[in-house]
Amino acid sequence: MAELVLPKNSKVQTGRHWPAPQGADKAKVRTFRIYRYDPETGLNPRWDTYDVDTSQCGPMVLDALIYIKNVIDPTLAFRRSCREGVCGSCAMNIGGRNTLACTHGHAETPGKAVQISPLPHMPVVRDLIPDLTVFYAQYASIEPWLHTSTATPDTEWLQTPKDREKLDGLYECILCACCSTSCPSYWWNGDKYLGPAALLHAYRWLIDSRDQATGERLDGVEDPFKLYRCHTIMNCAQVCPKGLNPAKAIAEIKKMMVERAL
Amino acid sequence: MASSILHRVSGCALYFGALILAGGALSLACGPEAYDIFRALMAGFLGKIALFGLTLAIFYHLAHGVRHLTYDVGYGFQPKLADAIAVAEIAFTIVATVVAWWLAYYTGAF
Repeated sequence: MAELVLPKNSKVQTGRHWPAPQGADKAKVRTFRIYRYDPETGLNPRWDTYDVDTSQCGPMVLDALIYIKNVIDPTLAFRRSCREGVCGSCAMNIGGRNTLACTHGHAETPGKAVQISPLPHMPVVRDLIPDLTVFYAQYASIEPWLHTSTATPDTEWLQTPKDREKLDGLYECILCACCSTSCPSYWWNGDKYLGPAALLHAYRWLIDSRDQATGERLDGVEDPFKLYRCHTIMNCAQVCPKGLNPAKAIAEIKKMMVERAL
Repeated sequence: MASSILHRVSGCALYFGALILAGGALSLACGPEAYDIFRALMAGFLGKIALFGLTLAIFYHLAHGVRHLTYDVGYGFQPKLADAIAVAEIAFTIVATVVAWWLAYYTGAF
């Protein structure tokens, strides 16, 4: 159910300020306002501000975060790996929009400070690290592998180029969770609604010409919550850092439901 | 997201609009005195504000409802196009409301 006000122990307080080093070029200094939370201290979350001399780090938000961790404050915690938009680890909310820190330039973020918080409406493990356990379980629940019942061929399962094209715009998903955690329906019903990412993957297997479990897959998501909590709000498609369109994929699943009932 | 929230808000407003409509029908059934009171209420400043708001709500809800039909058949999902359609819906709402009220004024309905 909707929670409009944060509980007392979650109210975000003003935290520490880390000024830029003396002698830094003022024109190059950018302020980063970063959500900090450590459940082990028992303290409320806080906004720490870091004045970063951006001439000392790369152009992306992730570069600035790594600079902060290496040079200013080693206690800052965040996930990162590939630093080029293929692993999906560094998904976070930057300037009010979910995206990947590694592909988003800090100069692209308007306003005085670059505000960074973890992906919205998820339990926070620490600082910018959300707990994605449920998100991954939902992905597993759609059984993201090929289901076949006919005899396995001696060579590969073949597919025409045209059938292969149907997977374009779907297989590129890196499961960064930007879409699901931007979806108001997922915020309110994240325990029962599968969310845009898992449903995009569900559709990826539904339209795979080699998959032979289309009916079972449709049965698996035919549920008022699992599938039909999507109200076409479109945040998923607006924020996807890979430019994919989960909203469209979900609409296609809904269409398949109608078509099989006709 | 704004167009989706507006759809919900206008939908909720229309619930109250339906109550007003039902109240009007009820007062009509209760006789001329009751209906005169209803008319006087709706013709007053607050009544007009409520009716104007409901006109906005019904036209917006209509526009976004039609858009949902296009969603149901799988069209209009590109983010930029979706944004443009949202702006068009709001423009339609304003124009249709002004036209409806101008017609009401012109024909002497209020």
